[in-house]
Amino acid sequence: MRHIISVLLENESGALSRVSGLFSARGYNIESLTVAPTNDPTLSRMTIVTIGDDRKVDQIEKHLGKLVDVAALQDITVSDHLEREIVLVKVQVPDDQTVAFERVVGAFNATAMHVADDQYIVEMSGSSEKVDELINSFKITKVIEVVRSGVIGLASDARVLSVPSL
Amino acid sequence: MQLSGADIVVKSLKEEGVEYVFGYPGGAALHIYDAFHRQDDVKHILVRHEQGATHAADGYARATGKPGLVMVTSGPGITNAITGLATAYMDSIPLIVLSGQVMKPLIGYDAFQEIDAVGISRPCVKHNFLIQNVEDIAETIKRAFHIATTGRPGPVLIDIPKDITAQVTEFIYPESVEMRAYPPVKLPPLSEIVSGVEAMLNAKKPIIYSGGGVVLANAQEELRTLVRSLGFPCTNTLMGLGGYPHDDPLFIGMLGMHGTYEANMAMHDADLIVALGARFDDRITGTLDGFAPNAKILHVDIDPSVIDKNIKADLPIIGDVKDVLNGFNAELKRRRKDINPELTTEWWGQINEWRSYDSLWYDESDTIIKPQYVVQKLHEVTGGQAYVTSDVGQHQMFAAQFYGFSDTHRWINSGGLGTMGFGLPAAMGVKFAHPDADVACVTGEGSIQMCIQELGTCKQYDLPVKVINLNNRYLGMVRQWQEFSYEKRYSNSYMDSLPDFVKLAESYGHVGMLIEKPGDVEGALREAFALKDRLVFMDFITDREENVYPMIEAGKGHHEMRLRPGSKAQ
Ligand SMILES: Cc1ncc(C[n+]2csc(CCOP(=O)(O)OP(=O)(O)O)c2C)c(N)n1
Repeated sequence: MRHIISVLLENESGALSRVSGLFSARGYNIESLTVAPTNDPTLSRMTIVTIGDDRKVDQIEKHLGKLVDVAALQDITVSDHLEREIVLVKVQVPDDQTVAFERVVGAFNATAMHVADDQYIVEMSGSSEKVDELINSFKITKVIEVVRSGVIGLASDARVLSVPSL
Repeated sequence: MQLSGADIVVKSLKEEGVEYVFGYPGGAALHIYDAFHRQDDVKHILVRHEQGATHAADGYARATGKPGLVMVTSGPGITNAITGLATAYMDSIPLIVLSGQVMKPLIGYDAFQEIDAVGISRPCVKHNFLIQNVEDIAETIKRAFHIATTGRPGPVLIDIPKDITAQVTEFIYPESVEMRAYPPVKLPPLSEIVSGVEAMLNAKKPIIYSGGGVVLANAQEELRTLVRSLGFPCTNTLMGLGGYPHDDPLFIGMLGMHGTYEANMAMHDADLIVALGARFDDRITGTLDGFAPNAKILHVDIDPSVIDKNIKADLPIIGDVKDVLNGFNAELKRRRKDINPELTTEWWGQINEWRSYDSLWYDESDTIIKPQYVVQKLHEVTGGQAYVTSDVGQHQMFAAQFYGFSDTHRWINSGGLGTMGFGLPAAMGVKFAHPDADVACVTGEGSIQMCIQELGTCKQYDLPVKVINLNNRYLGMVRQWQEFSYEKRYSNSYMDSLPDFVKLAESYGHVGMLIEKPGDVEGALREAFALKDRLVFMDFITDREENVYPMIEAGKGHHEMRLRPGSKAQ
């Protein structure tokens, strides 16, 4: 099963490598990992997408919780949640295919920026599946480069991830 | 008070009540060494190799329950200390390792003796720090002590760039620390205690399986109360020995790969396993298929990640095992009339039958020294009260099986990592902690050579440790596996070109003894322990091909032990 785990992390040097080191040392899989500061500058929020059975995910959460830098964590996939990924795709569009290209961009609610000769950067945000679909639909054109932000997400019910007060 | 970073380091250690720091100097640590020189509250002990420093601090910590302190320099200083960090980490021992680092402006430029100490130690510490500012030193040391000694204990490394130790700032040692991401351990809910007790009151085939957590939590009294009020059989792990007295009728011996027949069979047939500060590791469980097929598991541990890791718990309780045991005992007192010893009568009948097979039996000899015999005599000569450290191999298992411990913190070995070379430096640390106690290092001729240089440290600081070298001229445990699983192809498990250990000990200024006959064992031990102020290196020439039994071989379960040929158990 795919799980999205949100982690509030002390904004300390070395905290990221502790988390990534934990995953490699214990053979846990990371599909994607993103991290950036939050509105509280002393905390970073990390979003990890991992795949594993319940037992493995239970172990992942317990080991993450043990890290001295981890202030709070939550598996947002256990109930309603919103997940988003941003993708930038640089594509080559031959002149005779611009109409088809624009149709795809429109269908995905994406935007396209002309960058050089016959090259465009397409930008979209959506679920990971939608991002996959967008990339797959550029068969007619030539995909030059793809960059994905990795997943971020929030629980879309009343659950809140916050640091428990001491 | 304005102080240099180096003085702040040493003063902070004093504030924490540190008596001894085990270490070895070098360029990046020299300001701190100068600060050691300016005072005599915190004593620095010069070892001969940084691995020795870590094991000595570790032995000190295991024998006292207080954190052990290590000081090393950058580069090779810290790389040499890694084995000791990993050893302490696997056994949850509180250590604080201070490492010098190259000057901050040089970090990242491959400076002389630069190594990423925080990176290289990360997988084998509970936490680590690279100090960035002189103002952070005191607070970081306070945090390090807090982290190392609370929750599930473990080693913490503090890396300090040299230039920071020369800078000056106001010294204020914080009285307490609060870390929002590292909250204190909570008491478990009463409902869990009540359910745990309910399960115990109804068990017909219970077993109490206690580990190193009981030792670390100083919960031996609480464990004894629980076991005795229920009249349940109790087994200890290798790390938990001493938690329950070896000669109590309710004690059924150590369990696991070289555990007794009765302990392993009882684990296999139990209907309730009460695991206390123990983690069901592979040396305990044997193969997981078919592990204790009919048992309900009540698992108590301070570390949530231990629960459900190897064995799924039916009744998990997360908390300090001492608190949980106090909870159990209070609840049992309330329900005293519900304790029914008849429920376990049949079970005890079965256990006593297993016990009558005497699975630790070995064939005594008047011509050749049996290693087990030496350990039994060691118990007699020291009245069972010695601190016993060991290395790793057959001798370790013989010490664990035959010494017979009555108290915690007396049996000091590297259970998790299995580090050869641990025994002698650990014994030094123990001797610093308990100068008047008998301290024996039970070792093998392979292991002792991994940290033998520490004989020099023992001389310098007059540490009258007794080294019990069970010399079988083999890497015995490796040879045993090769005998059982590789048709006696003894690939590289011999120990050739051995030194003359008597002369070697003498050359360091110690006493050496060579003991070759069983009849001389006891007399030699008495003579050695009577030499209160001398280190005696006792080289016992033992049976070359003695094996450790019982043994659960790879892929086998608790009920499939290999037993000593010719024994009743077989
Ligand atoms: C540092 C290290 N290297 C290798 C091993 C693997 N090993 C485990 S037991 C053993 C043999 C130990 O021989 P010795 O110290 O002579 O003890 P004996 O088994 O003969 O009692 C070895 C090599 C280890 N545990 N530690």
